[in-house]
Amino acid sequence: MAKHLTPGRIVLYAALLLMAIYYLLPLYVMLSTSVKTLDDIRGGNLIALPQSITFDAWSKAWSSACTGVECGGMKGFFWNSVKMAVPSVLISTLIGAVNGYVVSMWRFRGSDVLFTLLLVGCFIPFQVVLLPMARLLGELGIANTTSGLILVHVIYGLAFTTLFFRNFFVTIPDELVKAARIDGAGFWTIFFRILLPISGPIFMVCVIWQFTQIWNDFLFGVVFASGESQPITVALNNLVNTSTGVKEYNVDMAAAIIAALPTLFVYMVAGRYFVRGLTAGAVKG
Amino acid sequence: MSTSQSQASLSALADRWLPKLVLSPTLLISLVFVYGFIAWTGWLSLTESRLLPQMDLAGLIQYQALFENDRWWTAVTNLGIFGGLFIGCTLAVGLFLAVLLDQKIRAEGTLRTIYLYPMALSFIVTGTAWKWMLNPDMGLQKVINDWGFPDFTFDWLVDPDKAIYTVVIAGVWQSSGFVMALFLAGLRGIDDSIIKAAQVDGASLPVIYWRIIIPSLRPVFFSVLLILSHIAIKSFDLVMALTGGGPGTASDVPAIFMYQFAFTRGQLGLGAASAMMMLMTIVAVLVPLMYMETRSAKRG
Repeated sequence: MAKHLTPGRIVLYAALLLMAIYYLLPLYVMLSTSVKTLDDIRGGNLIALPQSITFDAWSKAWSSACTGVECGGMKGFFWNSVKMAVPSVLISTLIGAVNGYVVSMWRFRGSDVLFTLLLVGCFIPFQVVLLPMARLLGELGIANTTSGLILVHVIYGLAFTTLFFRNFFVTIPDELVKAARIDGAGFWTIFFRILLPISGPIFMVCVIWQFTQIWNDFLFGVVFASGESQPITVALNNLVNTSTGVKEYNVDMAAAIIAALPTLFVYMVAGRYFVRGLTAGAVKG
Repeated sequence: MSTSQSQASLSALADRWLPKLVLSPTLLISLVFVYGFIAWTGWLSLTESRLLPQMDLAGLIQYQALFENDRWWTAVTNLGIFGGLFIGCTLAVGLFLAVLLDQKIRAEGTLRTIYLYPMALSFIVTGTAWKWMLNPDMGLQKVINDWGFPDFTFDWLVDPDKAIYTVVIAGVWQSSGFVMALFLAGLRGIDDSIIKAAQVDGASLPVIYWRIIIPSLRPVFFSVLLILSHIAIKSFDLVMALTGGGPGTASDVPAIFMYQFAFTRGQLGLGAASAMMMLMTIVAVLVPLMYMETRSAKRG
């Protein structure tokens, strides 16, 4: 059915455009503020275009801005987050894949109950595990380290990754696995030869979900890491709330964009999977 | 390839215990780090622990202290205000956008991408951006002032009575696109023939949406409520970045209360009690919602 540009349609498009501006405004403000000089910021206004473009704030945010007592910029913390996120995402996704395979294709007596018990991990407010976790990390000697954070993210990511893969594998016809078993294929053969080759999309969904969650995490970071091992979200918060000296809004905004870039990048190149992960994780979780 | 009898039975045996073996580490982890840790926190909340954990039970003194703590009640009230408004507004904006986008729009993909990108951001980034936009001296207030309304003031960020509403503004901005995506997926799942039949009967588009389409999205409503209330109760990052719980303690929420008492004030018992209260709130909100969701999914 062809739609003509009736007055109603014009209102519709105007409303959609207005909402688009509302969503884009903070991004525009962050970007434009980050390339303004401090004088320009003080003299002009929030949404005015920069009078001249300078990347000084960016280089300061990256390599010399002060987050609390240290003045090494976001650089080190950015790499902390990379070193934390990459192993956590990979490990939790791989374990989740195998778990999901078991609870969907190799169900045994009680496996449904066990799966439900596991799912509770998706719902708890993490505040209820912070105190014992802090103590345990201390006793293991990995408090305030990236390894400690990796451990925490893997542990509390497993419920979600298992759920993702389970929900994907249950949509695969049983006959496929049954036929393979009759042909003598065992547990691992079926997993590696039959299921993995068709699991590309769900790996994408799971990796993207986990990466976004872990990169953007603040609670675990602020509780279990301090000083040099902080992830970037914690460092950004410290930078913005450091009250010494002149408030450099352009540096704050540049640092915020740096902290947001990896997940924004993932969203831009793989938005389809991102949305699917959100809805899949949401509808069931 | 010939397989001997014994090999076959060996692999059959392996297939029987392998699944359990593979799943057991995760189950053990869940048992210890979820259930065990909740029990540990629960126990701690029943002791006199302050700076160091003590294991002697002391009854409900921490809960008593919690309920006599004004700051806790500020946090709970704020959670009520924030939770109610955040859930209501996000739901309304998300549904509105989904319905608009469902009208066979050009450039729908682009618009969807724009509406949804905030969900990829960390709440800390969102908080930082909005903190700057809501800056009373140099933010949106000044923009409006410069536009010829010099008396316009918008200083909610530093107003103790209004600070919590700024968290709502930023929270809705961040999460409404996500709700839009969920509703849109629901709308796309609706059979077109129902709508066409109603149109033939002479029903107008708003009536069709209000009477037929939106009611049929019941299961989506429950999922959305579930997720949003979960986000609301756990909200911590956004408040930390935007107001830091301030001015003073005016925009405290339970998650910040818990963090500060447990980790910066050395009141482990009180922190544990507040964490348990958060868990109970989540259970109290989520269990009925999940029950209703399953029921409505079965019926619909």
